[in-house]
Amino acid sequence: MKFVKQFTILVLTCFIGEILHALIPLPVPASIYGLVLMFAALQSKIMPLSAVDQAADAILSIMPLLFIPSTVGLILAWDILKAHWLQFLIIGIVGSTLVFFVTGHVTQLVIRIMKKGKKND
Amino acid sequence: MTEISDFLSNSTSFGLCISLVCFWLAEIIQKKTKFVLFAPLLVSCTFIIIFLVVLKIPYEKYLAGAQFLYYLMTPCTVALAIPLYRQFSKLKENAAAIVLGILGGILANAFFIFGMCYFFKISNAEYVSLLPKSITTPIAIALTNQNGGVESVTILMVSIAGNMANIFGIIFCRLFKITEPVACGVACGTTGHAMGTAKAFEMGEVQGAMSGLSIAVCGLLTVVVMPFFVKLI
Repeated sequence: MKFVKQFTILVLTCFIGEILHALIPLPVPASIYGLVLMFAALQSKIMPLSAVDQAADAILSIMPLLFIPSTVGLILAWDILKAHWLQFLIIGIVGSTLVFFVTGHVTQLVIRIMKKGKKND
Repeated sequence: MTEISDFLSNSTSFGLCISLVCFWLAEIIQKKTKFVLFAPLLVSCTFIIIFLVVLKIPYEKYLAGAQFLYYLMTPCTVALAIPLYRQFSKLKENAAAIVLGILGGILANAFFIFGMCYFFKISNAEYVSLLPKSITTPIAIALTNQNGGVESVTILMVSIAGNMANIFGIIFCRLFKITEPVACGVACGTTGHAMGTAKAFEMGEVQGAMSGLSIAVCGLLTVVVMPFFVKLI
């Protein structure tokens, strides 16, 4: 029964997210509204962590599996992609490496500057 | 042969079954070979594609069984709120660093794609489809459609970015000397959305939570930043 309650809360939050997505004219997907709502409910203590944690941890543990259907779906798009696929691949690989490098180092630099600032206080 | 593919096409469990079996096999291969490019997601999808093409099973028939996994994407994103809540003190402490890091990543991505498209003489429709490559699929598709791009190009790019973060996440952190757990997580999530986050959770809960947060922040900041770039080509 515990799992029924936990998954109900999780899916209900998704559903409310879908309603918000339909009502608010922004390119924000239902899942992001759901994430924010769930976080707000936990943070404001409207809902205890013990009401959702097991279902959430279960679903997070199988996360990589969930990308299989959409990745396999790329076979449908092959006709459109084949003209430039090599350029797209290069842009994707080099671009992702660059984004990783910049994001990681900017974050790390600011964290270290703030740590030093705190020590000097 | 046609009888087999007819049977499989009409089976209700086939799509889900082949997805799980291939992923399980791919995980075993990864464990045995320890070769980084044999990432379970990439290997299992290759197996499935070969299987579908050889047996001439249409993708729609496969999806009929596999859409259970597809559906779980939304609850999974919502579930990211839980590690985020557990790690909230880390988030508050590093809020400025996280936002600046993500913004840096978004700008690096946009300038790089602009430069490459200029260099390769890629059309505007394809350029705007490449721009949202490092954000979560639903936001990326919405942005592409809004700017008159090609949806399948965006899906391909989002998938490449995700696989890059998923395969190389840990290696990149070591190679680039990114040692702060928060920075590792933010880099994974900003580069490879949920696929990167799956990898970040392998590093630890702090990394996973920060990566999950970056999916949302990076997606929303991209919505704000992108209009400045779409008209450049």
